[in-house]
Amino acid sequence: MSGLLDRKLLFVTGKGGVGKTTVAAALGLAAASLGKRTLVCEVDAKGNLADVLEAEPTAFEPSEASPGLFLMAMDTEDSLKEYLSLQLKVPMLARIGPLARTFDFVATAAPGVKEILTVGKLCWEAREANYDLVVVDAPASGHVVGQLAAPQAIGELVKVGRVRDQTAWMTDILGDPAQTGAVIVSAPEEMPVTETLELAERIDGETNVELAAVIVNRVLPELFGRGEEEVFDRLCEPAAAAGLERVVDGPVEAVLAGARLAVTLRRSRTEHLDRLRAELDPRVPTMYVPYLFTRSFGRRATGTIAESLTDELGY
Amino acid sequence: MGSLEQLLSAREIVVSCGSGGVGKTTTAAALGAMAASRLGGKVLVLTVDPARRLANALGLEQFGNVETRVGSELFEAAGETPRGELWAAMLDTKESWDGLVHAHAPDEETRDAILANPLYQNITGKFVQSHDYIAMERLYEIHGSGRYDLIIVDTPPTRNAIDFLEAPERMADFFSSRLLRWLIAPYRSRLVSTATKPFYKVADTILGAQFLEDIAEFFILFQTMYDGFVERAKAVTRLLEDRRTTFVVVSTLEPAPVREADYFIEALAGRSFHLGAVVLNKVLPDYLLDPAADTVARRLSSEPTALADALVGAAESPVGDPAVVARVLQEVGDSYLNFRVVAAREAEQRAELARVPDVVAAAPYFDRDIADLGGLLAMGESIWSN
Repeated sequence: MSGLLDRKLLFVTGKGGVGKTTVAAALGLAAASLGKRTLVCEVDAKGNLADVLEAEPTAFEPSEASPGLFLMAMDTEDSLKEYLSLQLKVPMLARIGPLARTFDFVATAAPGVKEILTVGKLCWEAREANYDLVVVDAPASGHVVGQLAAPQAIGELVKVGRVRDQTAWMTDILGDPAQTGAVIVSAPEEMPVTETLELAERIDGETNVELAAVIVNRVLPELFGRGEEEVFDRLCEPAAAAGLERVVDGPVEAVLAGARLAVTLRRSRTEHLDRLRAELDPRVPTMYVPYLFTRSFGRRATGTIAESLTDELGY
Repeated sequence: MGSLEQLLSAREIVVSCGSGGVGKTTTAAALGAMAASRLGGKVLVLTVDPARRLANALGLEQFGNVETRVGSELFEAAGETPRGELWAAMLDTKESWDGLVHAHAPDEETRDAILANPLYQNITGKFVQSHDYIAMERLYEIHGSGRYDLIIVDTPPTRNAIDFLEAPERMADFFSSRLLRWLIAPYRSRLVSTATKPFYKVADTILGAQFLEDIAEFFILFQTMYDGFVERAKAVTRLLEDRRTTFVVVSTLEPAPVREADYFIEALAGRSFHLGAVVLNKVLPDYLLDPAADTVARRLSSEPTALADALVGAAESPVGDPAVVARVLQEVGDSYLNFRVVAAREAEQRAELARVPDVVAAAPYFDRDIADLGGLLAMGESIWSN
């Protein structure tokens, strides 16, 4: 398992709402704390990445949020500009006029342009070794497959031209498990597990990227150990509950109901975890991040998740 | 303060929106089931790629783009005698686009050429924007048919929650853009004006000439449907802005969905759309915020051994070994305090979201996943009349 952070490029994806951004940020924190120069790139720029790390708002130009940890937000138009000047050495760039006017149009008209500009930039950073690790807070389930498959798709669609040449090296990087991996973030609930299984299949079938890990977020703790639940059940019976009420000198109904809720939630979630374990390819490593009972979800919470991931990864 | 019951009885279209994973589709289906059952009339739930279990709950498994009636036996099994009919349909983007081309193409030849164009396949099948647009387009078409008293539409998961609202407008802009004509012109005339030359040179270098010609051909074909499209897109926007349409924002009380819901509420207000209600999903019970219970939980957590000894000593029937009872008491106390932290955080988020809308409804955390119509009705019941 310890190989995960030794790759160069990790695409972190999953169903919306499972904590994808937090896990991507935590992987970045974990890698940076191991001394790796790390870039975390937010693709669906909603500002969540800056929030979970309590950093400055992200921009296309990476900024260092903490020692060794850089953050950026993908912007396909900026990526195109960079590509034109870096790769094609296009001299008439200035004369193209305001790129924005034409860009949106071309990007909408030509399928896969936005995807390739995103993936291309990320592969470029990995190839140039500007960072030891690039963690991508990638789009949610459905969109990520299109993105990862974009170089191949464009390669098939565009028969000639510079772009076709460019797709070859991207495909090489993406397809090399030593360099690139996909990480699916899941949660122990019905829909996230179902989507994780579907996505694992699609990544396998429709892209050449290896599924490097599944990280299950928000796993509730098991409340009672062996033999303890029977004691709890007896405590909930009216006579025992009344006795407890006298002993603690206060109402116990809400407290007992709260514990019952915790047990029920944990149990219904365990079924989904079991299904995930049963149906996921056993070769895919699975990690678990505990549910955090915290006041807020800032840097401290992300740091806690980073620590628990570092432990699970065996570093 | 009104209720969802009142809101739904006075509208023709309900758009359920919110970020991914908050139960948007489930809420749409639950509201549809309640409306059909209690208000009567013909109610359609138009959904996008629902979970298998939810599809099963609606008896939807074998159906696609076609509207299908939810069998009355499903209501009977849930112990409900519906006053109206519940219908459901899933959105198939590709099929809907094909239907649109069939409707708007000027002749068969153009139609077939469009359907066969490789870019058409790409754009209609893969583009998120085309997904957004087609959902609204389909809604317009079904509403116009007059077949339903109420349509509840579940919006596609978008990168940005307001994308789909702007989709019809953007589609109209797209087809009426001067850029479009600009791109097509040189292909037609083989004359490149000085203004477009640099653009073409770059585009050529990057994409290759053949690909550009493919694009141009596609748009020339699509231009034949231009008038129909623009008119249609405008009509779709008008319908969304109409008083008969209301938006229901769904959210959990987790920080990220709340932020998106907040943003969405503002975006609706900033345009001419009508926010009808906010539905909060998976809300923790209020008893977790009881101050007296908090005191009890703290005692359980801090002095479990003494409490366990006193309890076991005084009990008439055996409770268990004092050491085990002590562990259980401590775990019960700790667990309550843990959940209390989350409940307190959520209460604050809830107050924040409740500022604007007239209707705010909260659905609790259900023990079981919703697997049948009974489950949907139970969820619907929890938010129906406040």
